[in-house]
Amino acid sequence: MTDRADKLLSADEAVSRLRSGMTLGIGGWGSRRKPMALVRALLRSEVTDLTVVSYGGPDVGMLAAAGRIRKLVTAFVTLDSIPLEPHYRAARERGAFELTEVDEAMFMWGLHAAANRLPFLPVRAGIGSDVMRVNPGLRTVTSPYEDQETFVAMPALRLDAALVHVNRADRLGNGQYLGPDPYFDDLFCEAADAAYVSCERVVDTAELTKAAAPQSLLVKRHTVTGVIEAPNGAHFTSCAPDYGRDEAFQKRYATTPWPEFAARFLAGDEQAYRSAVGEES
Amino acid sequence: MSEVTRAEYCVIACAEAWRGAGEILASPMGLIPSVGARLARHTFAPDLLLTDGEALLVGLDGTVEGWLPYRQHLALVTGGRRHVMMGASQIDRYGNQNIACIGDWAKPTRQLLGVRGAPVNTLNNPTSYWVPRHSRRVFVERVDMVCGVGYDRAAGARHHRIPRVVSDLGVFDFATPDRSMRLASLHPGVSVEQVREATGFDLVVPDEVSRTREPTAGELRLIREVIDPEDTRAREVAC
Repeated sequence: MTDRADKLLSADEAVSRLRSGMTLGIGGWGSRRKPMALVRALLRSEVTDLTVVSYGGPDVGMLAAAGRIRKLVTAFVTLDSIPLEPHYRAARERGAFELTEVDEAMFMWGLHAAANRLPFLPVRAGIGSDVMRVNPGLRTVTSPYEDQETFVAMPALRLDAALVHVNRADRLGNGQYLGPDPYFDDLFCEAADAAYVSCERVVDTAELTKAAAPQSLLVKRHTVTGVIEAPNGAHFTSCAPDYGRDEAFQKRYATTPWPEFAARFLAGDEQAYRSAVGEES
Repeated sequence: MSEVTRAEYCVIACAEAWRGAGEILASPMGLIPSVGARLARHTFAPDLLLTDGEALLVGLDGTVEGWLPYRQHLALVTGGRRHVMMGASQIDRYGNQNIACIGDWAKPTRQLLGVRGAPVNTLNNPTSYWVPRHSRRVFVERVDMVCGVGYDRAAGARHHRIPRVVSDLGVFDFATPDRSMRLASLHPGVSVEQVREATGFDLVVPDEVSRTREPTAGELRLIREVIDPEDTRAREVAC
């Protein structure tokens, strides 16, 4: 029997496989279970000119502040407990990048289309709203059946790469979430040509279902390229049940001028980040 | 019991949005709509589904009765068995709502939340709005970005319905021939002139203006002692 592929990588190794100009999907939702260790590694790299596809939180805020985004595809950017993401806001108000603004459901059906290798999926959303005005490329499709209703033909959001963070994974790429909401992380992986899954802890495959039900196995290994062990890797976003959002640190992020925040917390590697965060608390 | 506060009239006005709704999900956004939805569930709308604000359906005592992660929530929206009460940074006479940005979308003077789920909500399930501070900055002639779709732009879409707009001054609906906004009831202590002054478009005002109804003694006790003993409602609407 041949050994199956061990996909374990460091965050920097994963990011070294990304290229400028790529379309990158980032999992999680708002300021929840964001793959922040991978985002921090991305910020340490030279990769730029990205099209970022995200239900946005501080991942978008940081990449926007650092000037890495050429185009953003989103329905919102928020820190949840702080409704407006200040660094994203500032970037938008200075016109720093292109925006494809779609509704939450349109975004989801775009990922579904990509995962299903379809060019689009019809969605009852967008018509009548200014989503159509600000996305002049969006097309509609009329039902071929009796109802003749018109829908938005939401184009597939195919991704060059996806970054997601889960609670546990094995070295083969089977990823498990233990919190109450899967968000859309499995879809991001299915919609991408390559997917990098960071996790709180890498465990043996058998251990995944010792304490949790099999339906917590969210991400399947055939959709995963690399597994990154990143304890506290969603910090300062939440990663239930392992930890909640670090509200104090999030506030610090939101109120500190970006250059100062980046110099203090993002100048070194992940270990340096953890030390700097530790000194704060 | 002490005098009924403006915030409590707002709670009653929001709760009424879910009267007779049956076994559907109440999705309140904001403190006062949340108190209102719980009051409705406690009293005249006992079949309502409520969430914990995250992925769980919960009873009034917090008992978990279902699982509703974002993906299923979006499916529930399109199934129509939900009545959401959203916020509005701007709203116009036909109920077009904006929460995305102020100014030119290409380079906004103020970036806000983004369109979020407003486009899908308004084409699929009843969508009401809650505005804690009624002003000409919110009730505008024309919104800068249409997120929630109003009656003039919905073109009779089959599931489109905006039952009501509740503000700190009154309740508004679209029960007019051209579906433009109408004053449905004034909260006690508010005058028609005050509402007109705070509204940036010509509001339809009926000859006989109703008053938002009084809470019953039982409702006041529920609001004050059971649902919102910390008086969070006063944070959204003072006085």
